[in-house]
Amino acid sequence: MAKNVSNKTIDNVTIRFAGDSGDGMQLSGGRFTQTSAVVGNDLSTLPDFPAEIRAPAGSLAGVSSFQIHFSSQEIHTPGEKPDVLVAMNPAALKVHLKDLVPGGTLIVNKNAFTKKNLTLAGYEDDPTEDGSLVDYYSTHFIEMGKLVTNACEGIDIPSKMVDRTKNLCALGVLFWMYDRPLEPTIDWLNQKFKSKPDIIEANVRALNAGYNYGDTAEIFTTRFIVEKAKLPKGKYRNMNGTLASCLGILTAAEKSNLGITFAGYPITPASNILHTLSNWKQFGIKTYQAEDEIAGIGAALGASYGGALGITASSGPGIALKTEFLGLAVMTELPLVVINVQRGGPSTGLPTKTEQSDLFQAVYGRNGEAPIPVIAPTTPGDCFFATYEACRLAVKYMTPVIVLSDGYLVNGSEPWLIPDPNKLEEFKVEFAQEDKDEQFLPYKRDEETLARSWAIPGTKGLEHRIGGLEKQDVTGNVNYDSDNHQKMVQIRAQKIANIASELPETKVFGEKSGDVLILSWGSSHGACRAATESLLSENLKVGHVSINWISPLPKDLGGILNKYKKVLIPEVNTGQFRQIIRAEYLVDAIGLNEVQGKPLGASKIEKKVKDLIDG
Amino acid sequence: MVDKPVLKKADFESDQAVRWCPGCGDYAILAQTQKIFPEITTEKEKVVFISGIGCSSRFPYYMNTYGFHTIHGRAPTVASGLKISNPDLSVWLVTGDGDGFSIGGNHMIHLLRRNVDLNVMLFNNRIYGLTKGQYSPTSEQGKITYSTPMGSLDYPFNPTKLALGARGAFVAKTIDRDLKHLQSMIKRASEHRGTSFIEIYQNCNIFNDGAFSELTDKETKSERVLKVEHGEPMIFGKENNKGIHLDGIKPQVVTIGEKHSIDDILVHDETDAFIGDMLSNFTASDTFPEPLGVLYCVERPTYDDLMVEQMKEAEKNTKGPKSVNDLLNAGDTWEVK
Repeated sequence: MAKNVSNKTIDNVTIRFAGDSGDGMQLSGGRFTQTSAVVGNDLSTLPDFPAEIRAPAGSLAGVSSFQIHFSSQEIHTPGEKPDVLVAMNPAALKVHLKDLVPGGTLIVNKNAFTKKNLTLAGYEDDPTEDGSLVDYYSTHFIEMGKLVTNACEGIDIPSKMVDRTKNLCALGVLFWMYDRPLEPTIDWLNQKFKSKPDIIEANVRALNAGYNYGDTAEIFTTRFIVEKAKLPKGKYRNMNGTLASCLGILTAAEKSNLGITFAGYPITPASNILHTLSNWKQFGIKTYQAEDEIAGIGAALGASYGGALGITASSGPGIALKTEFLGLAVMTELPLVVINVQRGGPSTGLPTKTEQSDLFQAVYGRNGEAPIPVIAPTTPGDCFFATYEACRLAVKYMTPVIVLSDGYLVNGSEPWLIPDPNKLEEFKVEFAQEDKDEQFLPYKRDEETLARSWAIPGTKGLEHRIGGLEKQDVTGNVNYDSDNHQKMVQIRAQKIANIASELPETKVFGEKSGDVLILSWGSSHGACRAATESLLSENLKVGHVSINWISPLPKDLGGILNKYKKVLIPEVNTGQFRQIIRAEYLVDAIGLNEVQGKPLGASKIEKKVKDLIDG
Repeated sequence: MVDKPVLKKADFESDQAVRWCPGCGDYAILAQTQKIFPEITTEKEKVVFISGIGCSSRFPYYMNTYGFHTIHGRAPTVASGLKISNPDLSVWLVTGDGDGFSIGGNHMIHLLRRNVDLNVMLFNNRIYGLTKGQYSPTSEQGKITYSTPMGSLDYPFNPTKLALGARGAFVAKTIDRDLKHLQSMIKRASEHRGTSFIEIYQNCNIFNDGAFSELTDKETKSERVLKVEHGEPMIFGKENNKGIHLDGIKPQVVTIGEKHSIDDILVHDETDAFIGDMLSNFTASDTFPEPLGVLYCVERPTYDDLMVEQMKEAEKNTKGPKSVNDLLNAGDTWEVK
């Protein structure tokens, strides 16, 4: 049936898929993301799932969502308010409708609006019946349950399985709306369900049913075209922060020829790092699921003592347990990489939600004077580079290094220009060897870096003892002398401070001086960059500096801060980085702080900057 | 195993002054370890002693091998990570009843069940020494200490029983004052592949003096100690005429030459888990003597060996990307021109 459909080209769209945990929204989102990546859009994603594994079906607690922002322009955030909301059940509608932009597109799975589901979601009346949705949004009620049941007629699988293909139906509708090919998804289904042809058939039919519904139903009159983004030349893939971190570790192993021992204990949202690395044994990566968080870092440190690079990953509560071992790693000056995938705190807090509130814990959270370098990746793809650098500098400076990642970074994704490992900083390792003419001194240091040598068990002639008691300078023997302690505290601090000489020149985006500098660290990069671009387009005198290294801070940062009338530090905590910057530079930095379990939005930053400029 | 020792006791003595209290049982354990090690290895650079915190945990400083004095209770974690990353090493863990069973109890049981190939020397003095005399998880109930002026309320662990319960594959017990036995147990542990657990009764002459005097005093020891050896009948006593007899499934102490002959005495089989369990139950019993020796020893695949096997298998069988570059370029990719 021919119908009158117009094509409209737009720059960018934010879509949110929302449904029950069992509705497969992460899968729909993931497939839409992959397809958008392959057609060449820039994109950024934000999955959001409940902490409960199987919250009661249809309940508000069980709602899971996936947001994707894709564009023909360069973008930096997963978007704030969605332009399109797909609501697979009443609970999803209830939770997410408030975010949909006025006049936005609402796609509702009508079949899920049963009395039971409405009650579970707390609706007294059916919102799909009272006209309220149609008045405010471009609303499409689609009987997805019915569509897939009809489409899958004749396939010999239980009706429950048929019903589960609704997510592919919803995806098909969206693919039609945004003129995306179905092939990548069909290929993926063929791969994923290789041994289950019936399941493949059902899902493909559901996908087509959704697509054809868009094509033939009279209600859709416009298709939206989002052109390819003009990204830098090269080969791309979609990348999330978990995989990026793991690839960073693997690349570090290859370039250094070091063995890797990853030891950890499962914790949300860091466990996927353990899962990913456990599949890479063929690359010589050893993984060890320890009995607890402490054992995870202990085994990693033991591995480093033995001449491999020990790595562990956790989230805030687990890092708290690992703290004593961090002190031992500082004292024994052994390399170690600790990845903290931050989540909402304190205590168990919000296990599946993102936050940047472990900054103080990373920088200060130990007994005694125990400086540890801290690096924070700024985007999902940057987790690769940050983790690689953490590995490299842990070995070069013989120190534990903390990587401050977060839930948003590990689960979020973006198109990633695949790097050439040859272009990364060199990563050479030399183990200490016996020198017949000279007595081995475990705490003798490299003059430039102040790092001690890495003398590993099994090396003839270097037998020595290390431990957590204070060391005598040079010999490393146990020593309680007051002057020696003072000296050692200073040496350990200076060694970490020396890392600043490794850091590249700080780049200022936008105006190099002016009214407001937006200073961000870690994953707040995206929102801050998007806000800055928007403010610059309004000719405001604004710059943005995005910080990777929090400890030590870049040497040139102080000079940059002084070139602006005001410094704004947006972060997902109550102002931890701001306190550090104020203490370090005596700059009266202003905060923009939100702790809502999600990354900051650009619009609030823009507004704040304008308020600051207006005085 | 060393056919012909090339090292001497002195090769295992470090240049650090030993700082335990005069009269401490730790001295004897250190000396016997240094004495027996030339028979255990010719490559001391491959030997690593790892400890936690406590009096016993100072041990690595005094051994002229590699050594790592870690943090309280956590030595098993560091030792496990070390052995996994570097399976060629001979790893020894020195701990105490507090370090190993109180703050580090969790790590100890998991180490035993995993069966990582390393050796545990647990010095049990039934007291906290380094923190100056509080009761430990092996102190007898009712122990009067600084922290328990009216007597401790908690019931003690039975270390060998705990080790067996955690599926330890080598569980032995010895005592600081029996030098030859101590040496032989250390040697046996070194020869066993897997986690070898030796509980060493050790006298703390400052805070718990005489805790094991029954087992060391000339007058009492032969009546109170049962030396078990694989394939040998379980005989003890001043006259060597007492033995363990099984009446059905119940062990009993009998006198040889009265109603029972030597043939009625149970012969120790260290590969028999039921005998191991039975012997571990003799600890702190009024009826039975204290068993010293290897209570239980079986070969079970070690964690580190299994890991090496998995790594080899993965290398051989994996079909996917083979190099890092392949992996970086895996998945759906696209070119921007």
